[in-house]
Amino acid sequence: MKFDTPATTNPIDQLKIVGKPVDRIDGPLKTTGTAPYAYERHDALEGVAYGYVVGSAIAKGRIKAMDLGRARAAPGVLTVVTAQTAGKLGKGDNNTARLLGGPEIEHYHQAVAVVVAETFEQARAAAALIKIDYERAKGTFDLASAKDGAPPAKDNPDTAVGDFDTAFAAAPVKLDEAYTTPDQAHAMMEPHASIAAWKGDKLTLWTSNQMIAWSRGDVAKTLGIPKDDVRLVSPYIGGGFGGKLFVRADAILAALGAKATGRPVKIALPRPLMFNNTTHRPATIQRIRIGATQDGRITAIGHESWSGDLPGGGPETATQQTRLLYAGANRMTKMKLAVLDLPEGNAMRAPGEAPGLMALEVAIDELAEKLGMDPVELRVLNDTQVDPEKPGRPFSQRRLVECLRTGADRFGWNRRQARPGQVRDGRWLVGMGVAAAFRNNMVMKSAARVRLETSGQITVETDMTDIGTGSYTIIAQTAAEMMGVPLHRVTVKLGDSTFPVSAGSGGQWGGNSSTAGVYAACVKLREAAATKLGFDPTVAEFSDGQVKAGGRNAPLAQAATEAPLVVEDAMEYGDLTKTHQQSTFGGHFVEVGVDAATAEIRIRRMLAVCAAGRILNPKSARSQVIGAMTMGAGAALMEELAVDKRLGFFVNHDLAGYEVPVHADIPHQEVVFLDETDPMSSPMKAKGVGELGICGVAAAVANAVYNATGVRVRDYPVTLDKLLDGMPTLA
Amino acid sequence: MRAFTYERARTPAEAAAAAASEPGARFIAGGTNLLDLMKLEIETPRRLIDLGGLKLDEIKATRDGGLRIGALARNTDLAADKRVRKDYPVLSRALLAGASGQLRNKATTAGNLLQRTRCPYFYDTNMPCNKRSPGAGCSAIGGFTRSHAVLGTSEACIATHPSDMAVAMRLLDAGVETVRPDGATRTIPIAEFHRLPAETPHIETALAPGELITAVTLPKPVGGKQAYHKVRDRASYAFALVSVATIIHEDGSGRVALGGVAHKPWRVEEAEAAMPRGAKATTEALLSGARTTAQNAFKLTLAERALGAAMAQPRG
Repeated sequence: MKFDTPATTNPIDQLKIVGKPVDRIDGPLKTTGTAPYAYERHDALEGVAYGYVVGSAIAKGRIKAMDLGRARAAPGVLTVVTAQTAGKLGKGDNNTARLLGGPEIEHYHQAVAVVVAETFEQARAAAALIKIDYERAKGTFDLASAKDGAPPAKDNPDTAVGDFDTAFAAAPVKLDEAYTTPDQAHAMMEPHASIAAWKGDKLTLWTSNQMIAWSRGDVAKTLGIPKDDVRLVSPYIGGGFGGKLFVRADAILAALGAKATGRPVKIALPRPLMFNNTTHRPATIQRIRIGATQDGRITAIGHESWSGDLPGGGPETATQQTRLLYAGANRMTKMKLAVLDLPEGNAMRAPGEAPGLMALEVAIDELAEKLGMDPVELRVLNDTQVDPEKPGRPFSQRRLVECLRTGADRFGWNRRQARPGQVRDGRWLVGMGVAAAFRNNMVMKSAARVRLETSGQITVETDMTDIGTGSYTIIAQTAAEMMGVPLHRVTVKLGDSTFPVSAGSGGQWGGNSSTAGVYAACVKLREAAATKLGFDPTVAEFSDGQVKAGGRNAPLAQAATEAPLVVEDAMEYGDLTKTHQQSTFGGHFVEVGVDAATAEIRIRRMLAVCAAGRILNPKSARSQVIGAMTMGAGAALMEELAVDKRLGFFVNHDLAGYEVPVHADIPHQEVVFLDETDPMSSPMKAKGVGELGICGVAAAVANAVYNATGVRVRDYPVTLDKLLDGMPTLA
Repeated sequence: MRAFTYERARTPAEAAAAAASEPGARFIAGGTNLLDLMKLEIETPRRLIDLGGLKLDEIKATRDGGLRIGALARNTDLAADKRVRKDYPVLSRALLAGASGQLRNKATTAGNLLQRTRCPYFYDTNMPCNKRSPGAGCSAIGGFTRSHAVLGTSEACIATHPSDMAVAMRLLDAGVETVRPDGATRTIPIAEFHRLPAETPHIETALAPGELITAVTLPKPVGGKQAYHKVRDRASYAFALVSVATIIHEDGSGRVALGGVAHKPWRVEEAEAAMPRGAKATTEALLSGARTTAQNAFKLTLAERALGAAMAQPRG
């Protein structure tokens, strides 16, 4: 099915099941510990051996010699696989560094060997016996010093409209500031984990992966085998946040270990290895310049961003929201990419916008102060209903102003003191901050197979993944609504490469795109069932388990009395994304307390108001947003991969050193969804929310800290050491 | 993790003798620190002597009006003990500021004193570390040092001691009772128990090889307003950037000890003489001789401000 004209009324609009806050259908499995995650497929196979990954001890250079003798001779060891023994390996389209390094080393903790043994403990003990002689090479590890002279990021051309330089120079009110965001880790609860088993030339990987089709291709490419010989199974995923978009060392080394031993092999990356071995959100240095008239109209807006990656990698696209968020006739963006020999950077929840808004939305707060304007009013004044680079191209929906106004009302924004450092509550200095949330809505082709079983049950199969987002549930709601059956009559099967290729989980496109694919398949199943039952499919209605038309009705199940009805279809997209800019919007409001003596920062209240098309399930959508707000709080206040600039690695590579928020850090969180449908997005009229929720949060926190203390921090995370010197003298 | 033998000790003296008989032997009680370190092969004991059966978990009043806390008393139980909460509230607060409920349920009093540093370079076995491998050098010096010590450091080590409880014990002038392999017992004043790193950062306490802690004693209560303020980047489950334990009497005299700033709980009795003159005078004496890096210099300001807040308005 092709979606190339705006959606009109369709069965989803009945909203009998879609749009309801139903509980997750996979909830009981997860809360009882019976959802089989990748490392726990005791149901699927026996005789599994354990792999333990050895990471490089240097950041850049080469292995001179490896002594595997003691490891090979250690108790229980079946094999040790290295680049030397693995045979020729390719590299996946989505990988920058090789997943099995050596003799060349590209980054710290790059995998250089895997030990396979009868038990996990034996594999781990033997791994410690491997002796490696390295020859260190000089690397570049510091973005700030590599920044000057960094070339423009390939595939991300500079953008320019009007004459930024002249307009900025002429602007009566100017802001020109630099901001930095650190490297950040996904730090998902479930580590990267896989079990590999070969049957002849056919490989099955039970793994934890967000994008089944991409990763199937990359496994095949890395191992040099046909794609058809690879099956990926990933029905349950304990968090990904972009860290599991790609094939990682666990999958490839499990496959190599299984090949070498003739046994199924399981590997989970140990937590201390994950931070340097896998991907992370790259650090940025950003310069923002905004020129405005005295009454607050933006006349010039420029955003430049520097980030770094291994050779062949890509930039953190921190400028992309600045092309679309605010009006202004003269505008420019630039991205530069330095070569750094740190671990490889890649997508993490809202890549681009998350760090970009950390800078832009503080800049807007600073501009508001220069103008003597309320920061909500400044944002409202500079709203645009069209793509500011192409004024002929409207937004499909844009209710940013309503998000901000609604949020301001609900939060009690009018109680905010514009002058910072004025509000005291016992030991706490109290402040409020606001930021706009913005994230583009991408649509991706997505297919599904739908089957009407002889029992009348509906089965949906698609390689879509559920990374904790609620995919199982919204897909079941979609199929139930389309077929006119209750939710429990729908079975959803996900995350298997034998199923039709879906959009997968990434870029907040999964919810809308995967349900649209299921919609397409259900349209086809409705036609097949109606025809089978002798109804005119163009007028048949599906409700209460019945098919109705022309005053007659028949049970839907009757259409499959003899044999199941099976159909498959995909939703593909035409030019609506070109003619209309599709984005999601929100307003984040935060109140913080800052200890007047120690500058400890504690968040007191958080509110998000989101406009993101139809909310398919308010309960799972709210969970997505509060989780994202929590992650934004972490980005604001504590998350930073600390770089050792001499040795080239992330030093705090465990969950004691890399702090993410704990329950005590997160106060009451309120989420409001504006009642909205977006007929340009798909027949579901939905958009993404999972990334919108993080966008702008950190800036709202930073702005609240400023409002509380009068100390402006432009280098994240906003930690107390950056505030202390500016704090008021103690009485 | 390397293979090891496991045995249960029947008496403290027997445990001490067993530990002394083999260089690679270690005691295990709660295991909340040791097991993690064994998995990373930072600790590689060949022999584990489990103290679980020793019944050293009682908390009893002493004849001089103090408390004798068994070495195996759990952190949770010690923090909740009525006598501790009433007479030594700084100890209860320090305990509850540490770790998590689950860890405190397992962790013991003696084990808490013997926690090893959380220096990230100590935790990464690819990195040279004088604690793990004496003479190898310190990779933290010149690296990422935001959490490191600012007082009593050496060219060999800038690690901190991570315990909260130990800071309160130092403030309260606790004594550490031990039994040695030959059966002799002694009490080590807490001030002498933890060592500065000097040239031998791998030797962290005054304990002789095989010497076993049997109890920690507290002298009779000293009263005053007692507080423990642990300053950290997140609200819970994080090690202190700086912690400040205080006892403040109505006349302005008192005691102060700091955590998160040195290789041991930091207390300078002479500095306490300045307390009636205010936080600035006190911290000047308390922090004299500090050596900082660009990343951890804030700890001095932080300590002074946290102490100032505690002295201005005891948060009892």
